[in-house]
Amino acid sequence: MERREFLQKCIMVVVGASVPVSALTFIDPKKVFAANPDIQWAFLVDTNKCVGCGFCVKACKTENDIPFEAHVSRTWVERYVYTKDDKRYVDSPQAALHGFIDSRIDLGRGEFKEIDPKNVGKAFFVPKLCNHCSSPACTQVCPVGATYKTDDGVVLVDRSWCIGCGYCIMACPYGARFFHPVKHVVDKCTFCYHRLSKGLDSACVNACPFKARRMGNIHDPNDPITQIIMNERVGVLKDEFGTKPQAFYIGLAQEVR
Amino acid sequence: MYSYHRKSNVMEWKNQPAKYGVSGRERMHEYCSACHGAVVKVRTEKLHGIIPCEDCHGPAMNHPENPEKLTIDRSRELCLRCHTNLPYTTSERHRIPGINPKTHNTGAECVKCHNPHNPSLEGMK
Amino acid sequence: MVEQVAQHAAMVVHGEAWTIKELFTLPNEYIYWSIQIVMYPFMTGLVAGAFVLSSLYHVFGVEKLKEIARFSLVFSFALLPVAMMPLMLHLQQPFRGIHVLMTPHFTSAISAFGIVFLTYASIVATEIWLVYRKYFVETAQGLMAMQNRSNIDSFRMMVFQALTLGAWDISEEAVEKDHKACKIMAGIGIPVACFLHGYAGFIFGSVKANALWMTPLMPVIFICSAVVSGVALCILTYVIVQEIRKYLARSKMARWAREADAPKAEELEAVKHTEVMISSNYLLYFMIAAMTLEILDLIFRGYTQVKSWDILREVIMERDFTKIFILQYTIGNLVPFIMMILPGRTVRRTTIATVLVLFGVFMMRYNVVIGGQAFSLSFSGFMDYHLPIIPHDLETFKEGLFGALTVIATPFILFYFINMFIPAFLKEEEKAPH
Repeated sequence: MERREFLQKCIMVVVGASVPVSALTFIDPKKVFAANPDIQWAFLVDTNKCVGCGFCVKACKTENDIPFEAHVSRTWVERYVYTKDDKRYVDSPQAALHGFIDSRIDLGRGEFKEIDPKNVGKAFFVPKLCNHCSSPACTQVCPVGATYKTDDGVVLVDRSWCIGCGYCIMACPYGARFFHPVKHVVDKCTFCYHRLSKGLDSACVNACPFKARRMGNIHDPNDPITQIIMNERVGVLKDEFGTKPQAFYIGLAQEVR
Repeated sequence: MYSYHRKSNVMEWKNQPAKYGVSGRERMHEYCSACHGAVVKVRTEKLHGIIPCEDCHGPAMNHPENPEKLTIDRSRELCLRCHTNLPYTTSERHRIPGINPKTHNTGAECVKCHNPHNPSLEGMK
Repeated sequence: MVEQVAQHAAMVVHGEAWTIKELFTLPNEYIYWSIQIVMYPFMTGLVAGAFVLSSLYHVFGVEKLKEIARFSLVFSFALLPVAMMPLMLHLQQPFRGIHVLMTPHFTSAISAFGIVFLTYASIVATEIWLVYRKYFVETAQGLMAMQNRSNIDSFRMMVFQALTLGAWDISEEAVEKDHKACKIMAGIGIPVACFLHGYAGFIFGSVKANALWMTPLMPVIFICSAVVSGVALCILTYVIVQEIRKYLARSKMARWAREADAPKAEELEAVKHTEVMISSNYLLYFMIAAMTLEILDLIFRGYTQVKSWDILREVIMERDFTKIFILQYTIGNLVPFIMMILPGRTVRRTTIATVLVLFGVFMMRYNVVIGGQAFSLSFSGFMDYHLPIIPHDLETFKEGLFGALTVIATPFILFYFINMFIPAFLKEEEKAPH
C-alpha cells in the first residue's frame, strides 16, 4: 500500500467512524420542550421564625393520612439546644407532632434530660421535610422506577408499583422516607402535590402561623420566594452528597444535619 | 431524571382529595367569616389572628357538607404547643408568653379561663 | 387526639419492632435492613465461593480437587435459589418482587440483580449438565433396559430422559466435547460468580448516604469474603457428607454401599484427607486477601478522619467492639487462621476452623449491614438492633431468627433432593478421563 493511499484510507476511516457517533446523539423532544418548564417547586424554611408548635406536622399527618400514632412522619421539627458549657442537645419527640410541650430533652430509651434554664445558650427549632432534590439519590436507586421526579420538580412514589425493598430509604441522606404503616410501601413528602395542583398551599405551609414555611416556583423570578432565595443568604442541608436539595433554609447552623 | 416511571401515577397523586380548605390565613378568615362572622368575630389582628382557623377547628375543605360540624380541638395540649414556657432566649419562642404545664392549673382546659379568639389577659372569661 | 392515640396504640411501623433508638435519631430512621439483608450477601457469598472452588478444578485443572469440585458444583446449584430467598422475605410487597425482572430501572444497582443472577444460574446449570450428561444418558438407558420397572423407577426414567435433553451421544468424542465446553463455561463462570457477589457489595458500597458502607473497596471485600465463606462451607459440608458415607459404607445401609465395587470406608477417609488439605490451602489464601482489605478499609477511615469518623469510631471501637473485634476478627478470622497454619493440621482441626470461618464471615456481613444502620444520619444518635426471636406476627417471623434459620436450612434440603438426580459423588466418573 502506498503511503499516500494509506493516509487517505485512514482519514476515511476516521471520518466514517465519527459520523455515526454524532448521528447517534438523537434529540429528546422532552428535553427540548421541558428545558425551561414553567414551574419548578422549591421550599423555603425560615428557622428564625419557627417556634416549634408542630402545627405543620399535625396538618401534614391529617392531610396525608399518616396515622398520628405511627412513629414516622413526612415532616418533622427538630429542637437544638446549646448549653453554655458547650454541650449540644437535639430532639424531636414524636416528630414534634404535638410540638415541644416538655422543656426536657428526649434522649431516647425513655430518658429525658432537664437543662438548667440559666445554662441554656442558643436554642432554635428546625423544620425538616423531603428536600425534593434536583438529582435525587432515592429515584436513582429504585430498582423498578416506582419513585420519580415530576416535571415540576416533585419527587413522588408510585404506591401501586413500589416493591418495598427500602433501597431508597437507605439512599436518602435526609431520612425523609419511611414505610407507610398501612399501605406497606415507601412514603414521603409530596409537597402536597394534590393541593398544589388545585392551587392550594401545601398543608404544612398552610398551617404555619409564623410563615416559617413557604413554597414557591423558582422558575418565576417574580415569585416572592424566588426573590428571597436569589437575594438573601440561604443554605441547604448536606450539599456534600451532590443531590442539589430544593428546600432552602434561612438561619442554618452548621450542626444542623 | 433517571429513566422511566408509570406516567399515570402523576395524575393519581394530583387527584387525591384535599382536606384543608382555602389557603392563606387572610383568605381563610374571609372565607370563614362569610358564614360565621355574625356569630363569632373572627380575629384578624395580631395575637391569635395569625393562626389559621383550621389549626384548631380542624380541616374544612368541604365543610359544611362534609363534615357537617367540625371537630374543634380544645385540648390543653393544643395551647401548650406554643405556650409551654421554654427558656430559649434566642428563639422566637421567647416572645410568646409561656406557662409551666406542670404547675399552671394542671388538668384544666385552657379555654375554661382564656378566650382563644381574644387571648389578651383582660379578655379572660 | 388523645382518643385517636388510644385507639391504635398498637400501630408499629416497619423496623420499630427491632430498633431501639438512643439520643437524637431522625424520626423516620429505623433499622430497615435487618437480618434477611445480612443473610442475602452471606448466602450469595456461599454460592459464589462454592462455584469458585469447583472452578479451581474445572478451569485450572487442580486434579486433586476433583471430588470436592464436583460436590461444590452441585452444592452451589442447591444454594442458588436461596440467594434470592432472603430478598423475597425482606420485601414489603413480596408479590411485586417480579417487577425487578420485568421493569428493571437501570440507574439502580439492584435492577441488574435479575440479569446477573439468571446469567449465573444458567451457567451453573449448563456446567452441571455437561458434567453429568454421560451419567444421565447411562442411567436413563439402564432404566429403559430394566424389565418390569416399579413406579418409582418409571418416574426416575422419565426424569433422566428429560435431563438428557435429547442428547444421547456418549461416544468418546462427544464426551470429550462436553469436557471442553465445561471448561469454557467454568471459565466464564468465575468472573460472573465474582460479579454476582461483587455486585452485592456494590449495592452497599454505592449508598452515598451511609458513611460506613460508602467505599469502593466494598465489592472487593465482599468477593474475597465470599470465596472464603464458600470454600469453608464446601469443606464443612463435604466432611460431613463423607462421614455419613463412611458410616453408610461400614453399615451397608445405602444401596450403593451394598454393591461389589463400593468404596471402602478407609478409601473414603483417604480421599477426604487430601481434598480437605488442599482446599484449606486455598481457604487460607483468600482469608489473607479478605482480612487485608478489611483492615485496610478500617485503617484508612481512622487515618483520614473525615466528618463521619467521630460517630464511626464510637460505633466500631465502642458500641460494636465485641461484635467486630472479638466475634468477627478474633474468633472468626484469627483463631481459625492460626488453627490452620499451625503444623500438623488434621481434618478435624480444619473442620472446626471452617465452622469458625463461616461464623466470622457471617459476623462480617452482620457488622456491615446492621453496623451501617447503627448510627443516625444526623451523626448524633444511635440505633440498636434486637433480633426478634419469638415471632408474634408475620413480620417478626420473616425478619427474625426463624426466618434466618429457614434460609440457612433450605440449601441443605434442596441439596438432598438434587442429590437424588445429580449425585455429587459418582464412582463411575473415577474411571472417566475427566
